[in-house]
Amino acid sequence: MAKIIIPTPLRKFTDNLSSFETTGTTVQEAIQQLTQTHTGLERHLFDDHKNLRSFIKVYVGEDDINSLEKGATVVAPNTVISIVPAIAGGIN
Amino acid sequence: MNTNLSPAEMARYARHIAIPEFGLQGQEKLKAGRVLVIGSGGLGSPVLLYLAAAGVGHIGIVDFDTVDDSNLQRQVLFTTDDIGKSKAETAKERLLALNPHLDIVVYKTRFTRENALELVKDYDVVADGTDNFPTRYLVNDACVLAGKVNVYASIFQFEGQVSVFNYPISENERGPNYRDMFPEPPPPGLVPNCAEGGVLGVLPGIIGSMQASEVIKVLTGVGEPLAGRLFLFDAASFTTRILKVQKSPDTKIEGLINYEQFCGIVSPDELRPVKEITVQDLYDWQVQGADFQLIDVREPHEYATANLDGELIPLGSVSGAAHRLAKDKKVVVHCRSGARSAKAIRELEDQFGFENLYNLKGGILAWAKEIDSSVPAV
Repeated sequence: MAKIIIPTPLRKFTDNLSSFETTGTTVQEAIQQLTQTHTGLERHLFDDHKNLRSFIKVYVGEDDINSLEKGATVVAPNTVISIVPAIAGGIN
Repeated sequence: MNTNLSPAEMARYARHIAIPEFGLQGQEKLKAGRVLVIGSGGLGSPVLLYLAAAGVGHIGIVDFDTVDDSNLQRQVLFTTDDIGKSKAETAKERLLALNPHLDIVVYKTRFTRENALELVKDYDVVADGTDNFPTRYLVNDACVLAGKVNVYASIFQFEGQVSVFNYPISENERGPNYRDMFPEPPPPGLVPNCAEGGVLGVLPGIIGSMQASEVIKVLTGVGEPLAGRLFLFDAASFTTRILKVQKSPDTKIEGLINYEQFCGIVSPDELRPVKEITVQDLYDWQVQGADFQLIDVREPHEYATANLDGELIPLGSVSGAAHRLAKDKKVVVHCRSGARSAKAIRELEDQFGFENLYNLKGGILAWAKEIDSSVPAV
């Protein structure tokens, strides 16, 4: 199964799970499975118009899905999907 | 400018000079290099220590802050004796003790849109070790406008990010910058900030050392800088990833803006006031056996460390748990210092029309200070 890696700041919405296995065949399906399982994530990933928020990037392998087919990007069984949020810390 | 190395410097940097692709020429480039480090905290500490040790000739330090005891878990530039002192001044003293062959300039000021372009103009490279979104976007935009390389790093709990932004890829073209990655910051409250989330003390040491390494590569031209790529490190699972960062045709930076506004941060003066009580009031109510409900909107790990026996409903889930709040008696809402609880109250009042909510002024910190010193002030 494909795997979605959950970044640290969003793990509070996935019961602290660092990854999620999915049978989705596209990025959109995969993330939908994730947000249906962990409903609290939805509003952190998508805005009111269901667009991916501008401070969240989604990668398939090492590629930004915006440079691929966006939500329609095909997900193979061994694909690793990364959700990458902006983080600000340097801790002054 | 004379960048010839003295015999003492030759001896000091012998292990650099011995690296074939680095050599004397690399060391002379470091001596001529000018780096502005913004923030001398968690990331800034290792960045500054390694840049100074490596012999970067001209280092600027921007930090308005003073050393606090809660800094010492990770900010390895400072010692217990430094508590209360200026971070920038203390850093300079420590770095010159490490390497006297350097020119270090201290700017004891905030990095603002008023001074940003003036501060970066005399430097070749900026190392961003700031701790909030408005300053991160400001650093990025100032570097783009001034044509400076921005060596970026950021940390959260166990996770770190590193990249090299605005790196020259040809005479007229620069590589991607921070806004190509993240066009807009998260609105406040949507992603937890570091004060809520914490950070593993050694993580800025690891990530800041990588940041210093990238600065050295940019200055010397040795190796392949992390431009157009984002490095991710998760200390908890010890996994690393390198992802591609591409330029976006939508990114336009034409001048510096109001970054607080851009990040949706409203100053406390502009917020609608909420009803509040003092910790003494709360204590009196408890002693009198008054009928009220106490709600704690901090995170579970904060609650586990210290609590006032309130019901835990973290800020992020407060709207979904509104049914748990009484409407027929006073409800006191508290957090660590009073900011998150005020936000929770505004959210509950706006969405559900509550009129019986009271913010605990100063939060659990005030309680620990004024009522019960056995409660940890964390």
